[in-house]
Amino acid sequence: MLKDITLGQFFPGNSAIHRLDPRTKLVMLVVYIVALFVAVSWVSYGVMAAFLILAVAISRIPPKNIVRGMKPLVIILIFTGILNVFFTEGSHVLVSFWKLKITLEGLERAFFMMIRILMLITGTFLLTYTTSPIALTDGLESLLNPLKIIKVPVHELSMMMCIALRFIPTLIEETDKIMSAQKARGADFETGKLMQRVKALIPILVPLFISAFRRADELATAMECRCYHGGEGRTKMKLLRYMRRDYLTYGVGILLLAAIITLAVFGL
Amino acid sequence: MEPILQVQNLTHTYSVGTPFEHVALDGMNFSVERGEFIGIIGHTGSGKSTLMQHLNGLLKPTSGKVLLDGKDIWSDKKLTRQARFRVGLVFQYPEYQLFEETVYKDISFGPKNMGLSKEEIDRRVREAAGFVGLTEDQLQVSPFDLSGGQKRRVAIAGVIAMEPEVLILDEPTAGLDPVGREEILANIQAYRRAKNATIMMVSHSMNDVARLTDRLLVLNGAHIAMDGTPEQVFARARELEEMGLDIPEVTRVFLRLQEMGLPVEPVYTMDQAVAALKRLKEGNAHA
Amino acid sequence: MSEAIRVEHLNYAYPGVDDTPGVAVFTDLNLTIEAGTFVAVLGSNGCGKSTLAKHFNSILLPCGGKVYVCGLDTSDEELLIRIRRNVGMVFQNPDNQIVANVVEEDVAFGPENLGVASPEIARRVELALKHVGMYEYREHAPHLLSGGQKQRIAIAGIIAMEPQCIVLDEPTAMLDPRGRKEVLDTVKKLNKDKNMTVVLITHHMDEAAQADRVVVLHKGQVAADGTPREVFSQVELLHRIGLAAPETVELCYALNQQGFRLPLDQPSIEECAQVLFNTVKT
Repeated sequence: MLKDITLGQFFPGNSAIHRLDPRTKLVMLVVYIVALFVAVSWVSYGVMAAFLILAVAISRIPPKNIVRGMKPLVIILIFTGILNVFFTEGSHVLVSFWKLKITLEGLERAFFMMIRILMLITGTFLLTYTTSPIALTDGLESLLNPLKIIKVPVHELSMMMCIALRFIPTLIEETDKIMSAQKARGADFETGKLMQRVKALIPILVPLFISAFRRADELATAMECRCYHGGEGRTKMKLLRYMRRDYLTYGVGILLLAAIITLAVFGL
Repeated sequence: MEPILQVQNLTHTYSVGTPFEHVALDGMNFSVERGEFIGIIGHTGSGKSTLMQHLNGLLKPTSGKVLLDGKDIWSDKKLTRQARFRVGLVFQYPEYQLFEETVYKDISFGPKNMGLSKEEIDRRVREAAGFVGLTEDQLQVSPFDLSGGQKRRVAIAGVIAMEPEVLILDEPTAGLDPVGREEILANIQAYRRAKNATIMMVSHSMNDVARLTDRLLVLNGAHIAMDGTPEQVFARARELEEMGLDIPEVTRVFLRLQEMGLPVEPVYTMDQAVAALKRLKEGNAHA
Repeated sequence: MSEAIRVEHLNYAYPGVDDTPGVAVFTDLNLTIEAGTFVAVLGSNGCGKSTLAKHFNSILLPCGGKVYVCGLDTSDEELLIRIRRNVGMVFQNPDNQIVANVVEEDVAFGPENLGVASPEIARRVELALKHVGMYEYREHAPHLLSGGQKQRIAIAGIIAMEPQCIVLDEPTAMLDPRGRKEVLDTVKKLNKDKNMTVVLITHHMDEAAQADRVVVLHKGQVAADGTPREVFSQVELLHRIGLAAPETVELCYALNQQGFRLPLDQPSIEECAQVLFNTVKT
């Protein structure tokens, strides 16, 4: 069932990583991604992997869950691998057939690309698994706040994101329900040619859209009734405040980035 | 004659192997005779929706069987698909599943999926519209221009048009005012009489099930807690209340009268209550 | 006693689409609701009860006449926020009024909009959640709660704004009996403990029976107005406008048709049983 999708789901917990300020985690993710792209060698990848494994261990998220979340992305991973194996120029040809060559360089590159993507996804999962969506939006809003000067509607964007996150499970549940109801009237979503299958979606999509608009309308009224009038003069129940562990984490981040850059400079 | 539906040791577990694993039905057994009107009661989470979706093959049992006309609906792909049409299922708030441009087209969605001829589809749509009291003019308007109660009737007609032998409805009157409720209940009875259909209705209104049904299934904690006539079930009023279920108000009044020492049998419909009190009063007048 | 809501000569019509004429809902409606009372507004679908509720906090504005809440004129735009913070609204579908995906964040939404200081918001959220009995669920995701629980969260969201009046538009229509009872008990407690004015719009008789006063609307007019006893005893009027009295009253009424002479103003189970006991015994 659609409900079982775990992609990007939040796992409540109380580990050191859960308790970090969401801004710290967001900045750390950016630092980590930059470092990943700077990393070029076995040594630097080793450092990155050690950092990642440590972070996962501290978060106490069962690795099983991370692996399960990875499943829908396997195709992208394999595709990237194949692309890199065949389209990397190199001198050490291992196998060659028709117009294609597999080179040692290609294999190495494909391996690194896959590892990079894998580590990228794991890092992102770690953020979404340990941070409640609302904390995430709060953090993002706070980090992007300076952009208000150049008239970026930061508050509105974060409110939209918050509402979207709130309604995703509701709409998934609704889709499930509508699908069952149309199946009960003999609708068939599993067989037929592509065009037939696309057409078969109409009985799901139309009610879903109508319902989403109705919900949006009712929600807007309910929000107005609760005195919502944009971000102006709005306060927050939970203020974000940096603690000692956040400064420490930033320190670790700077060290990591410095280490990877140094290694890169020395060609490692 | 063989029962139309038989449920044997039916068990259903959601999300097996995840932390969300949850047993919704636990070894259920019952059978449904042709032409019966069965009420299903139980509070939210007792497994009613899960059970309903097994009876027309939308959900596959984790273990156990559902037999339609004595044949396991999962034994053959054809039978599974047939079960969809022979056992019609009307979900809660069915008006939210309307999607076509006109009422006519929406009602014909089911019959079309059955692969019927154009003439047959036309006949069924018109007949189904008749059962739920929709006029000829209303067939050509958009379902989204109708009132809430009318939309609900269009949605019910959409299932009736498949002419299911068993019609299952999940709280068909939820959210309607008394007039709207009576209309829907009358529509269901009209269909039952005309086609000699079997009806199963989930409802929270004890007055409605007491008045309309021949038999009640009470679901509690993934089990069938009671199975009997309304008389038999409502006689166990205290147990029902412990399960968090209501009992008809007239039954409560009569239970109180019993406690006060009046020689009355428990009743569960208004008519029975009036008759019983009349008898009692007349008896006293003669004495 | 002061007035919480006053409706004077209210005239309202829904605007027509394109050139079609609008649909008149109210032509001349007058109604006063005293502060601190629990009033149920009854009526069949399309009687105008939801339209009326939307006038109580300026979602809809009168075409003619006036609506005052806590002495504030709802058509004065300057007063909009003051009016809305004084009259909280709870709607039918619990899913479509919860904004945040954590319970306590949702309850905080109203006070946050009002610019209340952070520690004060936290205090109000805690009190409001405790009042509706949902404090232990403060960190839960709302979509995993039952309908009754969601509706109590919505009520807590209103309480946290500390309004003087709460208007509930068919809050139990989508709930099962257990959920209905939870919501109704919460509302009654709100009226009793906080002396909040409660306007409950419903078509369930048993809910209306628990109010101090019942107002029956029919075709945009007040068809009956009084205590539940006074209103329910007008069985014929209720039938005429598509409503039913509580089962107990209906039973007495049906017996009266058969020659009994029973009073119709005894709606509770106990009272009804007593009435029947007396009549059969004599």
